[in-house]
Amino acid sequence: MTVDTEQIYTKEYIKQFSKDRNEPEWMKTLRLQALEQSETLDMPKPDKTNIVRWNFSRFKHDYVEGEAIQSLEHLPEEIKDFFDPENLPENLLIQRNHSIAYASLSNELKEKGVIFTDIFTALQEHEELVKKYYMKDAVSIDEHRLTALHAALMNGGIFVYVPKNVEVKTPLQVVFWQEDPTIAYFNHVIVVAESNSSVNYVENYISNNEEETVANIVTEVFAHDNAQIAFGGVDNFATGTTIYMNRRGVVNRDATINWSIGQMNDGNTIFENITELVGDNSLCNANTVTVGRGKQIQNITSKTIHWGRNAEGYILQHGVMKDSASNVFNGIGKIENGASGSNAEQTSRVLMLSEKARGDANPILLIEEDDVMAGHAASVGRVDQMQLYYLMSRGITKQEAEKLIIHGFLEPVVSQLPLESVKKQLKQVIERKIN
Amino acid sequence: MAGSTLEIKDLHVSVEGNEILKGVNLTIKGGEFHAIMGPNGTGKSTLASAIMGHPSYEVTKGSILLDGEEVLDMEVDERARAGLFLAMQYPSEISGVTTSDFLRSSINAIRGEGNEIPLMQFIKEMDEKLEALEIDKSMAQRYLNEGFSGGEKKRNEILQMSLLKPKIAILDEIDSGLDIDALKIVSDAINDMRSEEFGTLIITHYQRLLNYIKPDYVHVMMQGRVVKSGGPELAKRLEEEGYEWLKEELGIKDETVGQEA
Repeated sequence: MTVDTEQIYTKEYIKQFSKDRNEPEWMKTLRLQALEQSETLDMPKPDKTNIVRWNFSRFKHDYVEGEAIQSLEHLPEEIKDFFDPENLPENLLIQRNHSIAYASLSNELKEKGVIFTDIFTALQEHEELVKKYYMKDAVSIDEHRLTALHAALMNGGIFVYVPKNVEVKTPLQVVFWQEDPTIAYFNHVIVVAESNSSVNYVENYISNNEEETVANIVTEVFAHDNAQIAFGGVDNFATGTTIYMNRRGVVNRDATINWSIGQMNDGNTIFENITELVGDNSLCNANTVTVGRGKQIQNITSKTIHWGRNAEGYILQHGVMKDSASNVFNGIGKIENGASGSNAEQTSRVLMLSEKARGDANPILLIEEDDVMAGHAASVGRVDQMQLYYLMSRGITKQEAEKLIIHGFLEPVVSQLPLESVKKQLKQVIERKIN
Repeated sequence: MAGSTLEIKDLHVSVEGNEILKGVNLTIKGGEFHAIMGPNGTGKSTLASAIMGHPSYEVTKGSILLDGEEVLDMEVDERARAGLFLAMQYPSEISGVTTSDFLRSSINAIRGEGNEIPLMQFIKEMDEKLEALEIDKSMAQRYLNEGFSGGEKKRNEILQMSLLKPKIAILDEIDSGLDIDALKIVSDAINDMRSEEFGTLIITHYQRLLNYIKPDYVHVMMQGRVVKSGGPELAKRLEEEGYEWLKEELGIKDETVGQEA
């Protein structure tokens, strides 16, 4: 069976969609060009995973508005879980289906010029800024058919902008709540931190659908000179959704992006987290954890590309696979000519909990420069019998002991998430998935 | 209430088809401190592991009864909940699990559902024991045994014993790798446990430990059996004269077991 090449969405449809959102002309043109490109581009080819039979073409794209949220107290439990009821977030966006249902941003940040809004509003109110960053220096439209389709069909997302010298001390939190089980998510997120600024940004995706649909999401994160970004993301799409998730960073001189990602989807997932270490002394910690269950197939790539001198990239990927789930971790450290003094380190580990679970760790170092450091560690294995014996010898049941070991295995990434409530929520999801 | 009784009867244990224990008989009662001595390779640690249920050790014959209940029919965790404890020679490192979270999970597992220790009481008890064992309080927040020195691991084992309050504890070479100060601290903690409700089996090949912990009974293992039992004077004599006299008395040339010549 070959990939379904038929285009379900026509130029006319896209023109109308763009018009309905009041988009600037360049955006409409970009969409139409992307649509054309998507017809000839190939699908991505994630290493060691065959996605030929995955559903990337059957979905309902229409823009579906979500009902406005009057009070956080009246949300369903699964959404409330993202917040600490004692300490409700000051800076919060909830995208319900495709529209913003709840928005708050502290006056202090507003006054300092921080932008924290949905992508369509940003296209109206900050058109030049969006244009400057939208699928230019991080993700290109023509990387493959999915990036082109994304650009053609983008139907939601967030724009975050932190001006020069502004430190955002309280985290910015976004919940993407796909309440309607049939809709597709073509979200686009842009996070920009100007020079000498800092921000903690945390996003959660959640859906509950068994119905077949697609999430095709592109996130572009820019840390300008000496900016610090802590990016936390927990993805929790349900079984019906096939996911292409692309989170990419560009790190300039003396800047840092730290990623802490929980891939907790139940559907087949391609996750790609690439960080371009462009500036001298740029730094990136790319941490991902995942739990696979059922018949889920995942392909997770973390990559750091070192251009600047003394650029440091550290990749840490830990995965737990149960049932007949399978996961491939690709870890890639690429050091370009001239990036002297760079360091590319990576660790990928998979813990398999059942006979049928599959794990693969695939470390790659591509080095074009002499004066560098690089290293990798990878392992695929089962729960250590001696650890189990030790914990059980203290009265802990086998089941509880396994749970402790699994939580411990995922802890290095969970503990890095920049928001306590999201950390707690992720722990709950892990608990649910491994039980 | 009188203490518990652990009865080991004609215990035979194999590792990978190799018989290491060849009929061990031993009874430990609440209130009693037993020491097992003997050179390396005579089966002492195998006995400890078999009692706790280490997965690599296969019991081929015999029985272990705790207050009349067959321990060999229990899973490892059930043995612990029945009141057995083993301070291990090589405790596992568990990444990502803090010592304090682990201790609380263990205590609650032993106490049972519905009888969990209140958080404040747990912290108080843990702090007391940490202090008594002169362990830095930061250890509670470190991952279990990860990056611990040899001495820290041993103290952590005794910390666990103090908090879990077992009926019968087996201490497998708790003295190895401890300097003299640490040895005193650990010994004090073990002596503090002495009561009618607590019995222990201390495995060591150094008499040194027995200067600080006074055993009521001393046993010597050779060739996978207990070959001699006595009082504290036996340990004294072994320290002064070594094992040769005993080997001669018993007509043993090679005291080790399970090793290919």
